[in-house]
Amino acid sequence: MKQGIRAEWYFLLGGLLLFGGAFLATQFLNRYLLYILVLMGIYSIATVSLNLTNGYAGLFSLGHAAFMAIGAYTSTLLTFPLALREAYELPMLPAFLGGPNFVWPFFPAICMGGVLASVAALLIGAPVLRLRGHYLSVASLGFVVIVTTLAKTMKGLTRGPMGISAIPSYTNIYWTYLWLLITVYVIWRIVNSRFGRAMMALREDETAAQVLGVYPMKYKLMSFVVGAFFAGVAGGLYAHFTKAIRPFEFSFFLTFQIVVMLILGGMGTTAGPIVGAVSLLTLRYALKPLEEHLKIYGLIEIIYAVLLIVVMLFKPEGLVGQKRGVKKITVGGKSSA
Amino acid sequence: MFSWSYFLQQTMNGVILGCIYALLALGMTVVYGILRLINFAHGALITVGAFFVYFIFFRAGINLAASLLLVLGFGGLMGLLLDVIAYRKLRGGPEVALLITSLGFYTFVENFMKMVVSPQPYSFKTPAYLAVMYKTSLLTFRSIDVFIIVSSLLIMFIFNLFVKKTRMGIAMRATAENLEVAHLMGIEVNRVIALAFALGSAIAAFTGFLWGAKYGQIAYDMGFLTGVKAFVAVVVGGVGSIPGAMVGGFVLGLAEILSIAFLPTRFAEYRDGIVFGILILVLLLRPSGLMGVKEEVRV
Repeated sequence: MKQGIRAEWYFLLGGLLLFGGAFLATQFLNRYLLYILVLMGIYSIATVSLNLTNGYAGLFSLGHAAFMAIGAYTSTLLTFPLALREAYELPMLPAFLGGPNFVWPFFPAICMGGVLASVAALLIGAPVLRLRGHYLSVASLGFVVIVTTLAKTMKGLTRGPMGISAIPSYTNIYWTYLWLLITVYVIWRIVNSRFGRAMMALREDETAAQVLGVYPMKYKLMSFVVGAFFAGVAGGLYAHFTKAIRPFEFSFFLTFQIVVMLILGGMGTTAGPIVGAVSLLTLRYALKPLEEHLKIYGLIEIIYAVLLIVVMLFKPEGLVGQKRGVKKITVGGKSSA
Repeated sequence: MFSWSYFLQQTMNGVILGCIYALLALGMTVVYGILRLINFAHGALITVGAFFVYFIFFRAGINLAASLLLVLGFGGLMGLLLDVIAYRKLRGGPEVALLITSLGFYTFVENFMKMVVSPQPYSFKTPAYLAVMYKTSLLTFRSIDVFIIVSSLLIMFIFNLFVKKTRMGIAMRATAENLEVAHLMGIEVNRVIALAFALGSAIAAFTGFLWGAKYGQIAYDMGFLTGVKAFVAVVVGGVGSIPGAMVGGFVLGLAEILSIAFLPTRFAEYRDGIVFGILILVLLLRPSGLMGVKEEVRV
């Protein structure tokens, strides 16, 4: 217990440093660099939350973009200014969400986005997580397709493929890094608890964990739901940051980017996802002038893909990951070649 | 509202789409059966195959039969290459490593195609003798439709024969049953797996041509959703079962086309949603698929 308290102080200290850093950044950096910093924060939130599901619980979900979309659309619709709602033919809020003359403040709206993403995760996870293997990957990918399809077709709610623009710009560097801090703290707490240990036991050996009395469904579902909550939060922050969202932004490639960030940084580590997100975004914005100059669009995605394959082949534990003692079964592998 | 001719017409369209899914599902189910890998890169082969035919047949003017043989060979080679470059090294590691790598390959190929061809879709003209229209009182079809159905059934038939009757096919089934024991029995597991990739990829590349010839348009990103849907077909039919993959393909193709044909038009946009809705429904009600056997978990 004593150690836990000490670690909490570290978080507080880290938070203060982070906010000091953010303050300095707003003072000295130009708007473009600030933009990139905020983006790094948002992607870090998404990657850290994906780490809970994919890294610690060992479920390979590809549905993150869908949860982000749910969070983005929810918080956008809740905070959208009244005057513009009419002009855009967006619906007024129903009574249980505050009635037609109510505009939600930023913080609760973001939370609501996370909650709805969690509810979606619960609905999709309950049937799918009962199954073995990689069904979850395909089903969650299917979920991304379903959500983007709905976003394109429910025109009364989302304005269809046009997307929603003129979203109030609430997200700034402080909000982003506050949420990042919350995300990292919550996930760190989960991982370093009985709950987290049970989750990791399931990842290592489901049968052995079951024998020890861990009920798999509960832990898998929980990790999926909590991961989805923070994905929804990241989506909400993203919407209020870019000020415009369109359905195709939340396609498979958003998921893919986040997955690459996680894998590159190191699955199942605390710092890995953040390292991954920051380094890949740095790479992206460093290469952007080159891509635009050469006019070869897709270059960055190719580099991402190559990086992913190279990391998988040569350093599967990622940049900050430790080599884990995994039992090696070499049948069909290199040794018998 | 309901007429037999409309129903038959749509059923035919569904069967054709089903053929395409079934062909792709064949390759995916064999690979999944052996390696437990959802091979996302399989979808990339459709794109690559379609563009390969486009360039050698339409641009370079090689005759159709030769182009089709070439595309089969090219697809096979690509599959072999993928296996040798990457997948082989990862065997024995965590299963998820393979999945991630295949995602990486898919993204690489898609963006590579986007760079080399262009983000705009290409129009893929059906060769004149495959575009002849036939009209009967019930059904209107082009010769390409017949070609797709006949060639698909032929491929499926040959593939089944191969898996059932030849030594290599039997080795493949044995490896799918239990990789380690197959290895102990003296089966060269690596060769079997390489062959599974090569065969599946060859068929997928050929399917790319069928897709282009039927729908008249090819694009750099055509493979993704098609590939994922093919895996849905695998799951619907029953994972690891070859007849299941074919049945799943047809079920999915028919469900997709008939649901668009008979639901009010505003639901047409939900086409992809419907396919994945079916997936989730099947996972809920019959997790081992229509033809699959219940997978036992070994400790």
